Amino acid sequence: MELLRFTTAGSVDDGKSTLIGRLLYDSKSIFEDQMAAVKESSERKGLDHADLSLLTDGLRAEREQGITIDVAYRYFATPKRKFIIADTPGHIQYTRNMVTGASTANLALILVDARKGIVDQTCRHSYIASLLQIPHLIVCINKMDLVGYDEQVFNNIVEQYTEFASKLNVNDIRYIPISALNGDNVVNRSANTPWYQGATLLNTLETIHIGSDYNHIDPRFAVQTIIRPHTNEYHDYRGYAGRVAGGIFRTGDKVTILPSGLTSSIKSIVTFDGPVNAAFAPMSVSITLVDEIDISRGDMIVKENNQPNVSQDIDVMICWLNAKGPRTGAKYYVRHTTKEVKAVIKEVVYKMDINSLQRKEEDKEIKMNDIARIRLRTTQPLLFDAYRKNRTTGSLILVDEATNETVAAGMIVD
Amino acid sequence: MHKYYLNHLQELEAEAIFILREVVAQFDRPAILFSGGKDSIVVTHLAKKAFWPARIPLPLIHIDTGHNFTETMVFRDALVKENNVQLIVGSVQDSINEGRAAEETGINASRNALQTVTLLDTIEKHKIDAAVGGARRDEEKARAKERFFSHRDEFGQWDPKNQRPELWNIFNGRKNMGEHFRVFPISNWTEMDVWNYILTENIDIPSLYFAHMRKVVYRDNTWLPYSEFITLREGEQWVDKKIRFRTLGDITITGGIESDADTLEKIVAEVAAARSTERGNRGDDKRGETAMEDRKKQGYF
Ligand SMILES: Nc1nc2c(ncn2[C@@H]2O[C@H](COP(=O)(O)OP(=O)(O)O)[C@@H](O)[C@H]2O)c(=O)[nH]1
Repeated sequence: MELLRFTTAGSVDDGKSTLIGRLLYDSKSIFEDQMAAVKESSERKGLDHADLSLLTDGLRAEREQGITIDVAYRYFATPKRKFIIADTPGHIQYTRNMVTGASTANLALILVDARKGIVDQTCRHSYIASLLQIPHLIVCINKMDLVGYDEQVFNNIVEQYTEFASKLNVNDIRYIPISALNGDNVVNRSANTPWYQGATLLNTLETIHIGSDYNHIDPRFAVQTIIRPHTNEYHDYRGYAGRVAGGIFRTGDKVTILPSGLTSSIKSIVTFDGPVNAAFAPMSVSITLVDEIDISRGDMIVKENNQPNVSQDIDVMICWLNAKGPRTGAKYYVRHTTKEVKAVIKEVVYKMDINSLQRKEEDKEIKMNDIARIRLRTTQPLLFDAYRKNRTTGSLILVDEATNETVAAGMIVD
Repeated sequence: MHKYYLNHLQELEAEAIFILREVVAQFDRPAILFSGGKDSIVVTHLAKKAFWPARIPLPLIHIDTGHNFTETMVFRDALVKENNVQLIVGSVQDSINEGRAAEETGINASRNALQTVTLLDTIEKHKIDAAVGGARRDEEKARAKERFFSHRDEFGQWDPKNQRPELWNIFNGRKNMGEHFRVFPISNWTEMDVWNYILTENIDIPSLYFAHMRKVVYRDNTWLPYSEFITLREGEQWVDKKIRFRTLGDITITGGIESDADTLEKIVAEVAAARSTERGNRGDDKRGETAMEDRKKQGYF
């Protein structure tokens, strides 16, 4: 059974909560006591049906305001796959939340109200999915029941979206006509849409090929910590613990350690369950080397003929996550793979207008939820790849040195 | 094509191991909160795998309510011995004796809420800067938004509205003096995942999880086990039933379910068919719709 992580986005009232509730309900992921609590709350609110959206409503403040304001994670499984949903609201702070949810997703579900068609919010969400390089996009055209399950309405929206999406960088986009409320094409194929030949939503989620979402080409292994047992049995053992970020590492491979540039070869790839011949993303292993080399956290094990970029000047697309924008010349901690260095924002190159997808070259004041291209100068070189090549070695966060808060998410540009 | 691929349990394991290693790399005095329940047993097992062949480099913290299942204590001591790991015990009874916590009174009295005081005191006393727990996001609504690295202020409190965004696999453990983190490596696991993992890895768990005969009383839709701390109410009586526990906690509030599942395979099958959540049998969550959230803000697990 594989794991698929997806994010959901839509404007308020497009039916996102209802859809998630239905996926959970129809896949039998909702327990009787949870359902009883939902029914009770629904009754107290004077509703005559169980409001499935209550299942996906987490905290008290939100329940009081009747909105979701952060990223919440939901889980369900079918015999074919386990799913993790990063549920992000379309409300305030939407960009920052969606970026957060999108960062770990293989797939994005975008909801469109069939009566309204493509709206600003649809474009924003799609742009973010593309910016965060989510490999697969499913556009759910919802509330088909309210437009008489009309094929023409569906086709028009598909056409409109396809045109818009040509400006984005997403290869795999699918369209499904659904009714979250009635269940059409969510889990079961609908008799109301005989003109639709494609798969249902759940079937698509279960079968979409995600095997190539990880980079298995460029070997990257950032060292997290060094394991030294100090026991008689493992007296000279020195294991470099980490998680493979890309490529395949094999016993015997010649490797280069960065930033030192020293070379050695892999003696063994160690796990508790015994040595393995090959390690690939996203495995957590320990690597031992034939030679004794001084290696510390933040160093990277790579191959000689395939090395990452090494630089102190880094161009990044960022999403600003904090209420307080950056001060000019302010210093931040950059966290990238397992390394932390200090950095200063040298320049704001442009801000992105995520409704029109135009660059704003004049207005360069960064505020919360803004997307901008900036230039960073770090105190020490980072070992990185472009985000479009590797989502692990191409991503970073900025941490405010005064408050320790995570203030920005960055995707490294070539 | 599927040669370089992990199944969902392998991927969840790899994620949890990554997080445990980040904890050890980023903090000075991390510890594992060990309750004796299956989730903290799984976390301990993952820690064993993460640092092998070295021993687990984090001490275990056990918050002892004084209302324990004997089986849990025996199990704890055996596990500590086998892994040669340090054990720190925080005693709720001590907190009460020192006047730091007041015993609840009344018919539904329990020491569950008092654990928070003892936990925070223990964290402070041992200068623990990261307490690793086995909480999962699927357990309860308030947990669905919990981060992997969850920041706690100097009073040990959680501010759900002001959490640090967490992106990719980059975990920000920076903090000021006096603050600490709670870390949840198995956030993304469901109850089903935990049981499947225990089965796959053949992890030892307390016998309480398996169906067995026990003296119990039916109260609030659950079978409460016999203990000296429980007084029968009118109309109630002790009966012998074949039951098992889905979670383990304070003996006064942990209810069991009727079950014949006496092997791991049968438990997995039972969980797969289950019609209520595991916390449904815990008295502490029945105190209102936001009971868990309120306790978490105070610094509960
Ligand atoms: N007719 C119809 N109503 C829907 C459908 N999906 C959702 N709704 C309704 O639209 C409203 C908003 O849905 P909700 O799931 O709360 O939207 P959210 O704000 O996107 O989470 C609710 O009254 C739903 O019952 C649908 O497919 N058809």
